[in-house]
Amino acid sequence: MSDSNSQTVKFYQTGTFTVGNRLLDESLRTVQATTERSNSIDSGHRACQGCGQALGARYALDAAMRATDNNIIAANATGCLEVFTTPYPETAWSIPWLHSVFGNAAAVGSGMAAALKARGDTTTRVIAQGGDGGTTDIGFGCLSGMFDRNDDVLYICYDNGGYMNTGVQRSSATPPAARTATTMPLGDNPGSSFDTGKFLPAIALAHEIPYVATASVHDLHDLERKVEKAMSFHGARYIQINVPCPLGWGSEPAHTIRLARLAVESGLWPLFEGERGEVTDSTKIRYQVPVEDYLKLQKRFAHVFKPENLDQLEAIRALALKNIRRYHLV
Amino acid sequence: MNQQNKPFAITLDVGSSHLNKTGSWRSMRPEYVDRLPPCNKACPSGEDIQGWLSLTEEKKYHQAWQLITRDNPFPAVMGRVCYHSCEGACNRGQLDLPVGINSVERFIGDQGLINNWQFSAGTDTGKKVMIIGSGPAGLAAAYHLRRLGHAVTMFEAAVKPGGMMRYGIPKYRLPREKLNAEIDRVLDMGVDIRLNQRVDDIEQTRREGGFDAVLIAIGAQHSRHLEFAGEPSIPIIDALTVLRDTELEKHNRLVGRVVVYGGGNSAMDVARTAIRMGARDVTVVARQEQQHLTAHRFEIKEAVEEGTRLMTLHSITAINGNELTLEKLKPGDSHPVATGETETFSADVLVLAVGQDVDESVLENSPDLAVENGVIAVDERLQTKSPGIFAAGDAAPSQRNVTSALGQGKKAARAIHAFLNGSLYQPAPQHEVVEFNMLEPWYYADAPRTAQPHLEAVRRKNGFAEVVGDLDSEHATYESRRCMSCGNCFECDNCYGICPDNAIKKLGPGKGFEFKYDYCKGCGMCEAECPCGAIRMVAEEI
Repeated sequence: MSDSNSQTVKFYQTGTFTVGNRLLDESLRTVQATTERSNSIDSGHRACQGCGQALGARYALDAAMRATDNNIIAANATGCLEVFTTPYPETAWSIPWLHSVFGNAAAVGSGMAAALKARGDTTTRVIAQGGDGGTTDIGFGCLSGMFDRNDDVLYICYDNGGYMNTGVQRSSATPPAARTATTMPLGDNPGSSFDTGKFLPAIALAHEIPYVATASVHDLHDLERKVEKAMSFHGARYIQINVPCPLGWGSEPAHTIRLARLAVESGLWPLFEGERGEVTDSTKIRYQVPVEDYLKLQKRFAHVFKPENLDQLEAIRALALKNIRRYHLV
Repeated sequence: MNQQNKPFAITLDVGSSHLNKTGSWRSMRPEYVDRLPPCNKACPSGEDIQGWLSLTEEKKYHQAWQLITRDNPFPAVMGRVCYHSCEGACNRGQLDLPVGINSVERFIGDQGLINNWQFSAGTDTGKKVMIIGSGPAGLAAAYHLRRLGHAVTMFEAAVKPGGMMRYGIPKYRLPREKLNAEIDRVLDMGVDIRLNQRVDDIEQTRREGGFDAVLIAIGAQHSRHLEFAGEPSIPIIDALTVLRDTELEKHNRLVGRVVVYGGGNSAMDVARTAIRMGARDVTVVARQEQQHLTAHRFEIKEAVEEGTRLMTLHSITAINGNELTLEKLKPGDSHPVATGETETFSADVLVLAVGQDVDESVLENSPDLAVENGVIAVDERLQTKSPGIFAAGDAAPSQRNVTSALGQGKKAARAIHAFLNGSLYQPAPQHEVVEFNMLEPWYYADAPRTAQPHLEAVRRKNGFAEVVGDLDSEHATYESRRCMSCGNCFECDNCYGICPDNAIKKLGPGKGFEFKYDYCKGCGMCEAECPCGAIRMVAEEI
C-alpha cells in the first residue's frame, strides 16, 4: 500500500476506508465516489440482490475507463455477468462490449488486441473478463496462451467460487469444504475436497507477465489503484477479484461487503500484487479475525461447525495461516 | 421499427436495461434517517453535538459556534465546567475512548471570544419577561427569550451577574475573563439587568413592571448546617461562603489545618481553594466510600494531586475546642454504618460542604408558590401553580449542575414563549437513539484521544491559574474528526459506491443522496455498510 500511504498520514475520520470522504482532497477519493463515474454496468440488470460480481465489475471497469480516458473495449465470457446484463434485446453495458463463448474470452481479447494493432489504434485498450468457471476451468487454456504470448489484454476474473448461474456447481476455484450442488456435505469429507482446486493468481504470476493482482470488493481504494496500475502496463495482465455470491454461498444479500472484508481479514483471501513473477507487495490485515467469523455467515460452510467436522475447520484455519505466512499479511 | 435496416435474424432494437424496473423485486426498502446520537440525548442543554463537531471537522468554526449557541450561549464556560455526560454516552467509547467533546467545545467557545462573534436579538414582540436571578438558568432563559424577541429584565441580588458560575466555581476552573465576556455578550442583546436588587415580593414587582411572565431562577443559595456535640472553639463556616468570599477577594479564613466535611464538588472546590490560599494542611472528611462520592472523578483526582488528603468513611460526631471527634464508618447495605471506633483530629477551621437548599424567603409573599421536597413545585413545562410564573435551575427540580441549569433555562424560555403566545410548549418528539450495534465501526480510522494539557500540580498550589489547558486548532480539528457521526449522514459515499444496482443518486456536497426506488432491489447492503447508522430498512407495503 505504499502508493496510498500519503493519504493516511493525517487523520480524516474514515480515511480511505470509505468510498468517499468529504474531508479528503477530491483527487484522493475513489472513482465510485464521483458523479462522473461511467457506470459501465447500469441499473436494471438482473443480478440477484446483493450481487458481488455486479459490483466488482462496475468498480473495475469504471476505474479502467477513467485510467484510459474512456477508451476500453471488453470481451466477456459466458456466465452470470453476461446473462444478467444482456437478456436480448436489453443491455446494462454502457461500454463497447462483446459476448464470447464460455471458454474463449481470453482468446477473443487477444484477437481484439491484434486487430487494434493491425489498425494502428494505440489508444483503445482491451479488457477480457469472466467468472471463475470460465477462467480457471473452461477458459484456462486460452488464458494461459494469452499470458504466454504476452498479448496486450487485462484479464479480470470475478471469483465467486463456483458456477452460480447454472445452479452452483463446483469450479476449481471453489474453496475446500464448501458445499455446492456437485460437492454436497455428505460422507467423510463433506463439501469440496481439500487438496484440490487451483489458485490462479499464483499461476498467472508464474507466467512472469507484467502485472498480477488480487482485489476485494470491500477495499475499493485498493481495487481501483490496482486496476489503474494494471492499465499503466502493456502486455498481459491479470486481476482476480473476490466477489461474494449470496445465492451460491447461502449468505444474506446485505452481507456481501462484510463477507469480502472478513475473507481478507481472516487471511482466506490474500490481497497482493506482483510483477514479472515476483510478489511485490501485499495489503496487511487490518483487524485479524478468526476464520469462523467469515464461515458462519455462509450456509455453504454450515457443516464445518458440526462436531464431527471440526478437523475441516482446523484445516481452513491452516489455509488462512498459510496465506498469512506466504503473502506476509500481518 | 424498420426491419430492413437490421442484420440477419435480428428483429428487435437494442434496448437499455433501464426498461427493466428491478425495484419491483423489493420487499424491504432503504430510507435515509437522522437518528439521535447518544451525546445529544445525554446533553442536558440538548446541544446538537454531532452537528457542531461535523462543522469543526471542516474547520468551519464560526458555523460550529453558531450551532452550539443555538442551544447554549456559554460555550467557553461550558467547555470548562460542564461535567460532560455526553462523553460518557459517546459510542466511540466502545471502540477506544470517547471523543473529547468538552475540549472541542472549549476551543470553539474561545474562538467566539477571540473573534468577538456576537448574538442578535429577535424582532421585538412587545412582551416583557422578568427573571429573578442571573445564574446559568436565568441567563440562558434571558438569552433564548431575547432571541425570540421578548424584552427581558433581570433582577440580581449580588453585585455581579453569573450566580454560581461566579460565586461557586473557582477561577482555576473558570477564568473570569471568559465568564465575563460570555455574560456580557448575552446582556448586550438588550437585557435590562438590575444588580444588587433583591426581589421580596414577586407579584408586586411583576405588577409594577408590567411583566407578562416571570421566571424564578434563584438557585439554591442556602447552605445546610449541622449541629455537633461539644463546645467548638474553631470557626465553622459553609462552603458557599468560602467560595463567595474568595471571589470577592475577602479574607476567606482558610488558614492552618483546614478540614472540609462533605464529598461533593463543592467540598473539592473548597479544598483546592484552601491549598491555593496557603493552608498548611487540607483534609476532606466524607461519610461515603471514595467510589460513592458525588464529586466527579477528575475533581477528586486533581484535588489529591494538589495535596488534599481524603478521609473517606468517617463522620464528625463531636467538636471540643479544636479537636474533632471522627467516627469510623463501614460500608453498609444502602449507606455507611457506624463502627463505634473513634479518633480525634485537630483542625483550625471546619468548612461544611453538606448541601444547599432553596432560599424560600423570596416566596414569602407568594402564597401560590408551593415548595415540595425543598424546591419550587413546577409542572413538566416548568410552570408553577401560579399562571405565568415559571421556575428553573437549582430552585426547581433538577440535577443541580450548571449544564442542567442551562438546559432548564432554555426549556423555560420555550415554555414562556408558548405561554406568551397563548399556547402550550410541546417539545419535538425525539428521534430513535443510535446504539453502537447500528454502526459499522470498521470504517473509522484508528485515532487515539487527544489529551488536554494540564498544569503541573506544584504550579497549581500557589495561584488560581487555569489548571486545564487549551487545544490548538489542529488538535481540536483532529479530535472532532474522531466523531463517528452517529445516526447522521456525513457523506462518506459508501451507499452510493456499494450499491450493486447503481440505485442511489448523489445530490452533491451538503445535499446527501436519494434512492432510485425504480431500481433498488432492497438487498440492504447500504444499510449494513453505512458507517454511522443513517439508513434504515423498512418493510414494503404489499
